[in-house]
Amino acid sequence: MAKNPNAIKEPVFDRVFYTVTFILLLLLLVVILYPLWFVLMASFSDAQYVNNGTILLYPRGFTLLGYERTFANMDIWTGYGNTILYTVGGTVIGTFSTVLAGYALSRDDLPGHGFIMKAFVFTMYFQGGMIPFYIVITNLHLQNTRFLMIIISCISVYNIILVRSYFASSMPKELFEAASIDGCTNARFMFQIVFPLSKAIVAVIALYVAVSYWNSYFYPMIFINDKDKLPLQNFLRELLLVANQNTADTGTDPMAAQQLAKMSSVLKYSAIVVSTVPIICVYPFIQKYFVQGVMIGSIKG
Amino acid sequence: MAVKNPSGPAAAAELSPRQKKRRSTLRLMKQNYQLYLFLIPAAVFVVLFMYTPLYGLQIAFKNYRSGDGIWGSPWVGLQWFERFFQSPRCWEIIGNTLTISLYSLIAGFPFPIILAIILNYVKNIHFKKFAQTVTYMPYFISTVVLVGMMSLFFSPSSGFINTIIKAFGGEAIYFMGIPSLFKHLYVWSGIWQSMGYSSIIYIAALSGVSPELHESAVIDGANILQRIWHIDVPTIMPTMVILLIMSCGNIMNIGYEKVYLMQNDLTINVSEIISTYVYRVGLINTQYSFSTAIGLMNNVINFIILVLANKFSNKIFGSGLW
Repeated sequence: MAKNPNAIKEPVFDRVFYTVTFILLLLLLVVILYPLWFVLMASFSDAQYVNNGTILLYPRGFTLLGYERTFANMDIWTGYGNTILYTVGGTVIGTFSTVLAGYALSRDDLPGHGFIMKAFVFTMYFQGGMIPFYIVITNLHLQNTRFLMIIISCISVYNIILVRSYFASSMPKELFEAASIDGCTNARFMFQIVFPLSKAIVAVIALYVAVSYWNSYFYPMIFINDKDKLPLQNFLRELLLVANQNTADTGTDPMAAQQLAKMSSVLKYSAIVVSTVPIICVYPFIQKYFVQGVMIGSIKG
Repeated sequence: MAVKNPSGPAAAAELSPRQKKRRSTLRLMKQNYQLYLFLIPAAVFVVLFMYTPLYGLQIAFKNYRSGDGIWGSPWVGLQWFERFFQSPRCWEIIGNTLTISLYSLIAGFPFPIILAIILNYVKNIHFKKFAQTVTYMPYFISTVVLVGMMSLFFSPSSGFINTIIKAFGGEAIYFMGIPSLFKHLYVWSGIWQSMGYSSIIYIAALSGVSPELHESAVIDGANILQRIWHIDVPTIMPTMVILLIMSCGNIMNIGYEKVYLMQNDLTINVSEIISTYVYRVGLINTQYSFSTAIGLMNNVINFIILVLANKFSNKIFGSGLW
């Protein structure tokens, strides 16, 4: 300690701090990772061990039976197909409209942009509520259509604000002025200059919209009657939560019910893996866009 | 489109300043008409899905019958509001809404901040990256899967939580069916899921602190706790305030999606909140007017809280949402 009197010594307290926070962080990582690991190993384990709760750290009685049954379940594939259709459709339409609107509103030489913005923002804080919305959808005869599922939440005012503040802070005004002197129209400017220059914001918005579509179960639950139009989350809800309560009271054939009940927990775990792994796999690649989105959101617009 | 009269400099000279301004507005509108076209998709969406329902709000004061339509149904005044406030479940539901909401606000608020500060002092860059990736991960699990996972983990027979309890000689507990545990499960699973994601904004704010500030504090003999308190906390204060106001505006707006999934018959008395009640009364029991009235009341209270929170913040901290 006394070797070099000029060196600033790290206070004892700091070393304690580093140790304590390191241990806390490790604990947190275990708390987050363990449930995910548990799902994974339970999905590969024999039903017997899963049911009596004797697996804790590694899979026991390794089997792919859960996955075989899950992949043989047509509902999962129907759900996947619909989810992909709704997510891709909604994301393409939503992102395109949001970026167009956000750019238009970022231009302060557009008469009325302030008023339009206020009219948009108002809807963030005051909505008609569930029933009036339901009546509107019914009156438009949109219920039980795939079209509704594609457009239902493609635009969010929050995303428009995000785009607007991004353009307001990153797209210099002189750029359009210069282009317009050369005879460039707004549309041409948008598609040849703005879109290519704003890949980051497009990615952020697309990601936000896609995640909200991927996760949504509530609108399909209230608006869709045909089973073949339901997205994946609704089948998962049926499998993970609703079926749970039903198997307990349907006691028609005790042997078959028992057989099914025995398999059911493994089936649930493998369904979770099948439905979540695609997202978790792309996640490391899109993580940076999430961070960017939060950054843009924190610029007060 | 609208400008047909001559607009040369000679014509402009005879006009009053007001007319001139109007003319230039018209010119700008004409010049930028394509920007209005850009707004059409979003505007159609907002008008159709956000503003048209506002027209339907009047059924809160009417006795809506789908045959008569919104306009044709007879007015009934405040009947539905009275009915709600006189119903025995009214205060239970409002109480549940406030309890769950305030609990998740208060318990959930500090964790992302603490996580961001701890991550900010992790020296090993790889470990930091790894920790960030892991903590954001649960955010990508859908609500349905999250609640499904909870019901599996907390299952009395096969869930690992009860396995651990039994290993220590305890009795298996049916967590999801015990009313007093509902709010804890709701709040802590929410913290588990979104803590990492919510910390991003604070990490971003903290990375803006100039390193020299920390260096000079170290030279002056400040320990880490003093640096956190005097450098980091003031830096993230504005972000904290904005986020706090925004969550105040949502006090009565808890996400019904997760609550609805977590509900079961055993816990319904503590888990019924306004928005799930609106759904149950309105779409399951098809009492449209009654349900709309409850929703409207909720909406108005929310709006008032938001305005008050914003006013308060403008007065105390000098900044708010608007």
